[in-house]
Amino acid sequence: MKQLIYLDNAATTQTRPEVVEAMLPYFTEYYGNPSSVYEFSGISKKAVSGARETIANALGAKANEIYFTAGGSESDNWALIATAEAYANKGKHIITSKIEHHAVLHTCEYLEKQGFEVTYLNVDENGVIKLEELKKAIRPDTILISIMFANNEIGTIEPIKEIGEIAKKHGILFHTDAVQSFGHVPINVDEYHIDMLSASAHKINGPKGIGFLYIRSGIKSRSFVHGGAQERKRRAGTENVPGIVGFGKATELAVAGMEERAKKESELRNYLMDRVMAEVPFTRINGHRKNRLSNNVNFAFQFIEGESLLIMLDMKGICGSSGSACTSGSLDPSHVLLSIGLPHEIAHGSLRLTLDERNTKEEMDYVVESIKEIVEKLRSMSPLYEDYIRHQAK
Amino acid sequence: MYTEKVMDHFEHPRNVGEIDNPSGMGTVGNAKCGDIMRIYLDIDENQIIRDVKFKTFGCGAAVATSSMATEMVKGKTVQEAMAVTNMAVCEALDGLPPVKVHCSLLAEEAIHAALWDYAKKNGLEIEGLKKPKSDIGEEEVEEEY
Repeated sequence: MKQLIYLDNAATTQTRPEVVEAMLPYFTEYYGNPSSVYEFSGISKKAVSGARETIANALGAKANEIYFTAGGSESDNWALIATAEAYANKGKHIITSKIEHHAVLHTCEYLEKQGFEVTYLNVDENGVIKLEELKKAIRPDTILISIMFANNEIGTIEPIKEIGEIAKKHGILFHTDAVQSFGHVPINVDEYHIDMLSASAHKINGPKGIGFLYIRSGIKSRSFVHGGAQERKRRAGTENVPGIVGFGKATELAVAGMEERAKKESELRNYLMDRVMAEVPFTRINGHRKNRLSNNVNFAFQFIEGESLLIMLDMKGICGSSGSACTSGSLDPSHVLLSIGLPHEIAHGSLRLTLDERNTKEEMDYVVESIKEIVEKLRSMSPLYEDYIRHQAK
Repeated sequence: MYTEKVMDHFEHPRNVGEIDNPSGMGTVGNAKCGDIMRIYLDIDENQIIRDVKFKTFGCGAAVATSSMATEMVKGKTVQEAMAVTNMAVCEALDGLPPVKVHCSLLAEEAIHAALWDYAKKNGLEIEGLKKPKSDIGEEEVEEEY
C-alpha cells in the first residue's frame, strides 16, 4: 500500500497497541462471564470494575455512575429517550441545538413523534450556542437540555459550564454528547453541572463498539436494554469485557497525555491551517478560531465540491472527510455548515482534517502541496470559478 | 465505490475547458444540490459536432459523466447526439452507485441545453428536443431515491 496520511481521527482512531495488548487476555484467557459465581469469572468482573473506576476518575464522577454501552449513539439514544419517558409527567419539552450529531437529532425527531416538543437552538457564525436564546427557550415544562460538548465537524467547543449553570438554576437535567471531547479536553461533571454524558472508546484510540453513559446518582432513568441485571439493571447484556478493558486503558493513556497531546496537535494543526489560508485563495475556516478541538481544522474551498476533493486526496494517500451532500449520502450539505450560515455551494466545498499527535510537519507540508494542486485543478474545471473570473474581468 | 471507468474519467477528464464563440452553450444543475454542469458545442454547417468542452462543479460521478458524455457526442450529428441519454452514459461508465444516477441525468440535460441554445441561435428545430430546464430542481433529483 502507498503511504497513508490519516487525517480523519474524528471519524475513528487507531486502536493503540498498548490498548490491544491490555484487551487480549480477556478474549482467550479470562473469558469468564462477570455475572457468574466462580472465582474464574471474578477476574473478568474485577477488570470491568477497574475500567469503570478509571473512567469515573477521568470525569470526577463515581464508578457507579458509569454505564457501559455499545457506543456513543446508544448512549445518546438512551440519555434522551429514557429521560423523556421517566420525566414525561413533569413536562414534555426538550432543548437541543441545530448542530448536534444525528444520534441526538434523529432521536429528538423520534421523540417529537411520541408527543414531545423539541426546541432546536441556533448557533452563531462560529458554531457557538447563544446562551440568551437558551434562557428564552426554557419553559416550565422543559425537562432536558442536550448540547454537545464539542462539535464533530467544525470542532467548536460549546460553553458547557455556562449551559450547565443555566440548567441547574432552572432545575432542568443537562446531557452532553462528549464523544469528540472525552479524553481530549478536561471534563469535570460537578464543575460543569453535567447530569448525563455520552462518550465512545474508538475516538480516543480505544476499540470500536464500546461507549458509556454517565448518569448522575439520583437521576431517574429507565433501563434502555431489558434483560439481565448488568449495569445496575439499567443496561442488560453480558458485558463486552475486552472492550471495557480497552476503553479503560485508552482512557488512562488519553488522560495521562492530554495536555502534551493537545499542545502537539494544536501546533501542527495551526501550521497546516496557516499555510493553507496563506497559500490557497478563496478559502475560509469553519468553526471557532480559538475555542476548538486541538486536532480539528475545517476548511471551505470556494468553487469546488468536497467529494471530488476527497477522492483526489485519497489518490495521494490522504484520508479526510467533507460535509458535502455527496459524502453525506443525502442531497443537502452538512446541517452544521448550513447552521453556521454557509451558503450551499460553499458548504459543498468543505474539508475536515482531524490530526493525531503522531502526525508530522513533513506530512502537513505534503498535505498543503496536495491541497493546492487539487484545488487548482478542480477550480480550472469549475463553471462557478469560470463565472467568477468572467465577472471580475468586467 | 466507483467503477474503474468512472475513476479513469474522473482522474483524467476528457474535453475540459471552454470554446470561444460556441455554436451552443448550456448550463444546468444548481449549487444547492451540489452539481453544476456546463457544455460548450462547436457545430459545423452539416450539423456535426466538431468539438465539445465541459466544466463541472460536482462530485466524482458528475465529473465522470460529463467527461463520458462529451466523448459520446463528439463527431456525431446533432440528431445522433440526441440519442446520448443518461442511461447510455451510465452504461458506458459500467454503471454508477444508485445514489449517483441523478448525476448522469445532469449530463444529458446539459447537452440538451447546449443543443437548444444552438437551435435557437440558428432558427432550427431538432427532433425530440424540448426546452431545457435551466435548473434541475429537487423534485427530479428526489425521484432517484
